[in-house]
Amino acid sequence: MPHNTVAVVGAAETTRLGVIPELSQIGLHADAALNAMADCGLKPKDIDGIATAGETPVQLAHYLGITPTWIDGTSVGGCSFMIHVRHAAAAIEAGLAKTILVTHGESGKSRVGNPPRTVHPQSLNGQFEQPFGPMGPPSMFTIPVLRYMKTYGVTEEQIAQVCVVQREWAAKNPRATFRNPITTEDVLNSRMIAYPFRLLMCCLVTDGGGALILTSADRAKDFPTKPVYILGTGESAETPMVSQMEDFTSSRAFRVAGPTAFKEAGITHKDVDHLMIYDAFAHLPIYGLEDLGFLPRGEAAAFIAARNTAPGGSLPLNTNGGGLSYMHSGMYGMYALQESVRQMRGVAPAQIPDAKISVCHGVGGMFAASGTIIFSNQVP
Amino acid sequence: MATPGRALPQPTPETQHFWDGTKANELLLQRCGDCSKVYFPPRPFCPVCASRNVSVTKASGKATLYSYVIHHRPVPGFTPPYAIAVVELAEGPRMMTNIVDCPQTPEALVLDMKLEVTFEPQSDTITLPLFRPAKG
Repeated sequence: MPHNTVAVVGAAETTRLGVIPELSQIGLHADAALNAMADCGLKPKDIDGIATAGETPVQLAHYLGITPTWIDGTSVGGCSFMIHVRHAAAAIEAGLAKTILVTHGESGKSRVGNPPRTVHPQSLNGQFEQPFGPMGPPSMFTIPVLRYMKTYGVTEEQIAQVCVVQREWAAKNPRATFRNPITTEDVLNSRMIAYPFRLLMCCLVTDGGGALILTSADRAKDFPTKPVYILGTGESAETPMVSQMEDFTSSRAFRVAGPTAFKEAGITHKDVDHLMIYDAFAHLPIYGLEDLGFLPRGEAAAFIAARNTAPGGSLPLNTNGGGLSYMHSGMYGMYALQESVRQMRGVAPAQIPDAKISVCHGVGGMFAASGTIIFSNQVP
Repeated sequence: MATPGRALPQPTPETQHFWDGTKANELLLQRCGDCSKVYFPPRPFCPVCASRNVSVTKASGKATLYSYVIHHRPVPGFTPPYAIAVVELAEGPRMMTNIVDCPQTPEALVLDMKLEVTFEPQSDTITLPLFRPAKG
């Protein structure tokens, strides 16, 4: 059943993005939440549902003065917010809440009020991955890629093209962290982080936040903002250990979440005007394009290198500049959602003319989880 | 590569047999008595059919190099650049490890190359299963 009975009516990022040492992590959540409430003319007393990750929904409800009848603390990494939107849509349809706030804030760069991530030595990751020397996502999320490259004959130059194209989008965005043009050579000459991944193939590390407010499509008409309807949603999980992925050339979580959302929305790939694929690293858009069914397996790198996802291309992808150039606080999914909402409202810095359907696809952990949201600005 | 300081596992009741095995220079997997699935990491039931009828089975130690990165940043216990690898065991399961007795370069680390397990003691209780190019 299409979820076009629910809409985003409020959406905002933190007042600033980048380096924000004057706000702690919960302060970034609150700044984004207050901006989203101002966006649609609501006060905390008007909110009866709250979902968040990083902080608990209890923390945010108390901090913001919200009395919820529905809470969701799903915290599965950067796609948590896509999954919150999915759960919120279901909750509104079921009558569990009327007006739901989803918040994200992360002091990823300044690390104020953001406890360090640790891997417990008794966990499966702690026993069977951490002893072999990984240090966070740059050395873990990248491990499947050599197998992908060998399987499909993809080159480092093609992977570098992902970064070049996204920088072109970022150049159009005044809020993007990196806006100067780069070449394939710049990417391939940047510092080696974890072969075959170089610095410019890895996401930024910044501070920031974002928030969304959802309500029923019927009520959405009464708000000052242009409603952005939820057409379809999907979610899934595979494994907390990247070494235990079923297939190193494809994400099972993507292959479940994406098609679930397309089926629910009742659309085909040709209907998609705008696409966001969470790009913590340069291979994510490649895996995403294939696992969501936009392209046959093994063809996405060449598709991107041929400028199909670049400005002026047939499938505009990561039009805010993405995690590679726009911002990446750690759990980037909220910023992908914000860009989809801007595109559907018609107010994005790199606006796609007449865009009616936006697909927003997120990853959590290192191919551990996934969430997909399909938005539309067309009245259901 | 076995300099002090790398993160070490702490076994749990469900994994203790695996770490007892590596200490005795044996790589132990588990096999389902109902559906015959050989699996890793350890757990007291089959991840395919949920049967609790599982047994411990000794792996051959033969593997192939499935994928890897060569890490260039400092990590306690490691001297960069060093490979963080996933190997595919002859019995089917894959596991993360390091490749030793081999230059840590893309030229030397060729996907699908044949490997064999080697055991590297880290403490009185923990021995890690690492892999090296297969001899012969």
